Amino acid sequence: MRADLLSIAAFALAVAAVPLLTASGVVLTFLMMTLYAALLAAAWNVLGGYGGQFSFGHALFFGTGAYVQAIAQLQGGLNPWLALVLACASAGAVGVFVGALSFRYGLKGSYFALVTLAFAEVFRIVALSVPFTGAGVGLMLPLAPGAANFQFADRAGFVWTMLGFVVAALLVTSWLRHSRFGAQLQAVRDNEDAARAVGVSPLRVKLGAIALSSVPTGAAGAFYLQVFQYIDPAIAYGPAVSVEALVAAIVGGLGTLWGPVLGAALLHALAEATRNLFGSLPGLNMVIYGSVLVLVVMFAPRGVFGAGESLRDAWRRR
Amino acid sequence: MFDATILFPSVLNGLTTGAVYALVALGLTLIYGVLHIINFAHGASLMVALYAVYWLKSRFGLDPYLALPLVVPAMFALGYALQRFIVNRASHGKDENILLVTLGLAIVMENLALLVFKSDTRTIDTPYTLATVAIGPAMIAVPKLLAFAGALAAAAALLLVVGRTDLGRAIRAVAKEKQGARLVGIDVDHVYAMSFGLGLACLGAAACFLLPAYYVNPQVGSGFVLIAFTIVVLGGMGSFAGALLGGLLIGVVESLGGLMLGESLGQVGIFAIFIAVLLLRPQGLFGARV
Amino acid sequence: MNAPPAAPLLDASQVSVAFGGLKAVDDASLALRAGVLGALIGPNGAGKTTFFAAVSGFVRPQSGRVLFDGTDVTGWPAERIARAGMARTFQIVQPFAAQTVRENIAVGAHLHEPRRAAALAAAERVAARVGLAQQLDKRASDLTVAGRKRLELARALATRPRLLLLDEVLAGLNPQEVAQMIPVIRGIRDSGVTVLMIEHVMQAVMNLADEVWVLAQGRLIAHGTPAEVTRDARVVEAYLGHGAAARLQRAA
Repeated sequence: MRADLLSIAAFALAVAAVPLLTASGVVLTFLMMTLYAALLAAAWNVLGGYGGQFSFGHALFFGTGAYVQAIAQLQGGLNPWLALVLACASAGAVGVFVGALSFRYGLKGSYFALVTLAFAEVFRIVALSVPFTGAGVGLMLPLAPGAANFQFADRAGFVWTMLGFVVAALLVTSWLRHSRFGAQLQAVRDNEDAARAVGVSPLRVKLGAIALSSVPTGAAGAFYLQVFQYIDPAIAYGPAVSVEALVAAIVGGLGTLWGPVLGAALLHALAEATRNLFGSLPGLNMVIYGSVLVLVVMFAPRGVFGAGESLRDAWRRR
Repeated sequence: MFDATILFPSVLNGLTTGAVYALVALGLTLIYGVLHIINFAHGASLMVALYAVYWLKSRFGLDPYLALPLVVPAMFALGYALQRFIVNRASHGKDENILLVTLGLAIVMENLALLVFKSDTRTIDTPYTLATVAIGPAMIAVPKLLAFAGALAAAAALLLVVGRTDLGRAIRAVAKEKQGARLVGIDVDHVYAMSFGLGLACLGAAACFLLPAYYVNPQVGSGFVLIAFTIVVLGGMGSFAGALLGGLLIGVVESLGGLMLGESLGQVGIFAIFIAVLLLRPQGLFGARV
Repeated sequence: MNAPPAAPLLDASQVSVAFGGLKAVDDASLALRAGVLGALIGPNGAGKTTFFAAVSGFVRPQSGRVLFDGTDVTGWPAERIARAGMARTFQIVQPFAAQTVRENIAVGAHLHEPRRAAALAAAERVAARVGLAQQLDKRASDLTVAGRKRLELARALATRPRLLLLDEVLAGLNPQEVAQMIPVIRGIRDSGVTVLMIEHVMQAVMNLADEVWVLAQGRLIAHGTPAEVTRDARVVEAYLGHGAAARLQRAA
């Protein structure tokens, strides 16, 4: 536990220092977007890596967070930071709802993945058709720079805010590794019947996991809105976010503490390098993500970090 | 409110679309029934086939129906190769890996299409695109009628292959009892790849029948994936009869739903059915107990 | 003065479980008093594991009633019954394969220990009881068959059960390993845990069991001490076939 906390603290300090050391927009934007991807991946990892339930529709929580963040401000006149709380709560509520339906009926594996995909699609279509989400046009946040408005004039504020979210997600992940709930969750993942035989309730544990996973994803959605000041159904509920979250988590290493962060950094760096080489072609990013996913599953299914852990364990057992 | 002159054509149109859906779903059913995997790349593969048909028409002027003998074998080969060389290698014995790798393939296919063809929606023009035929009070587009007939013929061909040929027997053996099939000398890897190939061949046929009355863009795949899954789950995973009837039913539901709720919300009806079936009756209408 | 007989800890009455048209367990009744080590024996396919599954909540019986310490637990989900104090092991071992022995057992310990450190410590103590102390850091998938059986036992034991259902915990062990396990099981009973074991290893049954029930083709055909049951002609016939008891008699 202490090792985890030390590494998280070191990470936080190192990243927090960057905006103090450079004012380069390029570096800070890269850092901000990598942290954003890391949050998505870390959140997905809670349900997918530790819970063993693969969601293919995590955009459902992302989009809900983003839309609630927007609507709370535009229609409710709420302060953006309060809206954030509401956005996270809404994402969590949707998570528990979908989880309750799916897990109570015993959906797992492919069926669960399909259901999450279906829900994300339903929400996307509804958002496309309903006026208060702006329908196809989407919603735009008026410019009002200032820390109190969760709109920072320079990237530094966003970097620190996002760093805060990521650290929170890492702390939750660390807690999963050293707590009774985490042990029960992983037991259900590894062998549901055996877990039941020692008194663990799969439904309760999975619901907890999906709540812990959907809330940070909602935060990422709210964050997206504040940075880009715009949201529409395709961005909110489209497959891009769902894919980014799961590919980064898998590439980095499922069920590890640093895997998602590593995976997010690697993928983002890869995307940037490709953009510099080939320009911003639509679809190029996703081709890369998809190919990486296929290659990783074929040759390194435990991801970069997972493979590292295997090596470390083999070394220890020698 | 809705009288026969509005409902009847809607139902007929639904049936014609449904037949094509059924063909798509049959391919998915075969793959699931034999390999016990959910092929997330099914929709994207259909999209690839549609683009192939489109390209043959726009580049060489080849009529889509005449393209059948080219597209179907090509899709079969693609399916065989994908399974043998990628999906098989990626599984490492765990279902979740197959889930992920087919998802990855879908993403790659969809976005390669985006890169190459851009996001424009494309259609083709044939001499009979606008022709219609009167059935009772309804005017049905000729391409749709041909799609209906063609899809049913292709389905029959598939069922013949699975029911009457040696390959079909091997497929059914592997589907029922993989180890036993191996023991009697069946090359299971080969059968897996053949099944995957057949599943994609269905998509090749569906694409030839679909394009004259429809369109293609890089995103059509995802729309079809969920509809195909809905049909397969509704009909009962692994049941051909279920996929056939389910396809027709969903086609009609989509048509009527679109009529009453508008195009996009009509789609929501399908997903609602999908979610409901998964939750309440996952074995579908015809399948065995899950 | 003799104390009145205690109410049974486990009281399963007229339990029937059917799969499709096949009756796996047919009107079986079994009452086990606290502190007793009971054995459930019978030829393969007799329905013993199904009976365990029905009693422990993994399968819903079509009819019958299961009372655990006076409470009707029929139809309760498995995890609820486990929390009530009935633990079971599986005939085909079900470890948490990628986790270590210590982590595996700790999941069981967590039933009563909310804190991680305490659960891990409890796991170590239980591991020592079953002879796994040297393998605490090994991955469950790296254990031998015997090791996995002990792990299965340890994990169930860590939940501090009042009733422990052991499903063929000696299967696949060589005679030496069996000889090592017998005192472990006896020790569990002596520590106050009621045990009901499904077993084919007759040596263990004769050695350990106070009371034996015999299941054949889903029906309970005999009940008594090990000696009584093994002499019962119906039991011999269930194992060796119709008329076997008579043939044995004539040969003797």
